Amino acid sequence: MAGRELTLVQSVTDALRAEMRNDDSIIVLGEDVGANGGVFRATDGLQKEFGEERVLDTPLSENGIIGTAIGMALYGLKAVPEIQFLDFIYPGFDQIVNELAKFRYRSGGQYTPNVTIRAPYGGGIKGGHYHSQSTEAYFAHTAGLKVVVPSNPYDTKGLLIASIRDPDPVMFLEPKRIYRAIKAEVPEEAYTVPIGKAAVAQEGEQVTVVAYGAMLHVALQAAQKAKEKGVSCEVLDLRTLVPLDEDTFLTSVKKTGRLVVVHEAQRTAGFGAELAAIAAEKAIDSLEAPIVRVAGFDTPFPYTLENLYLPDVPRVMDAIQRVVGY
Amino acid sequence: MTPKLLQVVREDGGIEAALEPKLSEGQLRELYKYMLMVRMMDERGMLLQRQGRLGFYISAEGQEAVHVGAGYAMEPDDWYYAHYRDPGVALMRGVSFQQVFHQLYGNAEDAIHGRQMPNHFSWKEQNVVSLSSPLATQIVQATGTAYGLKYRKDRRVVMASFGDGSTSEPDFHAGLNFAGVWKVPVVFLCNNNQWAISVPMSKQTASEGIAVKAIAYGMEGIRVDGNDVLAVYRAAKEAVDRARAGQGPTLIEAVTYRMGPHSSSDDASRYTPKEELEAWRRKDPLVRFEAYLERKGFWDAAWVEQLREGLKNDLQEAVKRAEAVPKPPLSSMFQDVFAEETPQLRAQREDLKRTHPEVE
Repeated sequence: MAGRELTLVQSVTDALRAEMRNDDSIIVLGEDVGANGGVFRATDGLQKEFGEERVLDTPLSENGIIGTAIGMALYGLKAVPEIQFLDFIYPGFDQIVNELAKFRYRSGGQYTPNVTIRAPYGGGIKGGHYHSQSTEAYFAHTAGLKVVVPSNPYDTKGLLIASIRDPDPVMFLEPKRIYRAIKAEVPEEAYTVPIGKAAVAQEGEQVTVVAYGAMLHVALQAAQKAKEKGVSCEVLDLRTLVPLDEDTFLTSVKKTGRLVVVHEAQRTAGFGAELAAIAAEKAIDSLEAPIVRVAGFDTPFPYTLENLYLPDVPRVMDAIQRVVGY
Repeated sequence: MTPKLLQVVREDGGIEAALEPKLSEGQLRELYKYMLMVRMMDERGMLLQRQGRLGFYISAEGQEAVHVGAGYAMEPDDWYYAHYRDPGVALMRGVSFQQVFHQLYGNAEDAIHGRQMPNHFSWKEQNVVSLSSPLATQIVQATGTAYGLKYRKDRRVVMASFGDGSTSEPDFHAGLNFAGVWKVPVVFLCNNNQWAISVPMSKQTASEGIAVKAIAYGMEGIRVDGNDVLAVYRAAKEAVDRARAGQGPTLIEAVTYRMGPHSSSDDASRYTPKEELEAWRRKDPLVRFEAYLERKGFWDAAWVEQLREGLKNDLQEAVKRAEAVPKPPLSSMFQDVFAEETPQLRAQREDLKRTHPEVE
């Protein structure tokens, strides 16, 4: 099992390359994904290896990219469109929520488009409102879509390949803030990490801290600080929002009796609300403190003050201390 | 810039002999049969809705020649992205009235398990793609499928059908723009029936018709009399042949008229000028084609009588049987969301059982 150190964004490319070598039905399409290899270089070198027929620079139109990807997939191809920033996806929203997510259901299982939409999401890159949003809740709220958010290079490759092989439509949201922040060993061959399975990123006893994507690293740092103060945190990396791994989540909450949810998406009706509701519905007897959400604010995403908008270690620490001291 | 209106059979019944497609008597009768099937099915559907037996219906009255002519120009295995006013393509490909009425009633025999409103069909065996209510979404999907055909060197072509209102949607622009750039085998069929519910063409676009828009996408635009089934057939055949030969997409504007309301929920008398409707009624595509058949010596009153009688019986039988079939099982509500039921859906289904034990 040959491995080498890759960043998260290199792992995206590596997943696409490995799977495209295995399967000539995979088509990558999007803005600047060809000659330029994507604005984040996530598709770097793919057009050179697989040709312009399989790695397409499309006209600049998100509804066009997603709509044509659906049409390719209805024909039997596996389409992997890239939306340059999650913030730009809205012209294609109708094609995602009303078409892609609904084809299987509305056709009685006749038409089952296999589309994996890749989109970098989240703040922390000085991108202002239109290059920073974290709107996973829109998609988690849509029947018929799976939502996957990796947090490290190994999972990125395994989850992306699993998403491409999965017969259902998948929103694959990439934490661009940590595209190059961490390197980890990634096997050269194709492998999968199962969709719908959370990971215990760090075991602990007193508080469950749930996060995904870029925020996992903030949660881990906060857990480290908490440890220095004598508080033992269990950190969960959700990896998949839909379908949610409720078993791993509830097992941890029941074990620790305290829950802190961290996400950079805005607070109201964010995915943390769903997690809090599930904990309240199914683990109320185990809870020893109120659930606390550490989230982005109900403001548009700010440019200059983004570091105050994004959950950081002091805010997560504060939440941990509040639930432990309750 | 607006292309000349293509007509084969003029409104006065005269024939442009040089443009007449080479179709046998049998084929011409078939075209008539499919148009009549749609007309009679629609009459029955609207009647059942008015009687309170069907929840909703969308009729294609007045527009039969557009999709019947275009559908006839394709091979049966070509891909057809339908909208909700073109049921004749599925019928000519072998979908039965019975299958249609099971869908209209959303019963347990419905191929899509009662999951969509009437007229929102999905016929995979006949290569007629599942349709939705939001407009123009199928146009850009059709371009994607055409890309797939080209990529796989598949000889089939794609046709996407839509109305004049859809041409204002972003998916119309994206679909045609991508198709022009990719030069893929797709035919865009605009059923210009002059009205988008209550909004006339003059408020939809300032361009002279729809066909002219093709120029901006680098493809040919054809403007055809949509009440002349032979003209539509001719235009579509040309476009389909061109697509199959690798010469790229075409936009066809079939100029027609919606002789009824938008749907059974609409009252067109609120906005349609009466004289306009009367003028178009005189251009009824079935009447025009009857006159043509007569002129060719192919009109056979006994054949038509028999045809009508047969279709009437088939419709009656289809309705009777569809009305006798129960609703889909409650558990079907939870199926086909994903390939496999998720733990959440399973839990929700189980939960429903607590108050509704009939859920299996």
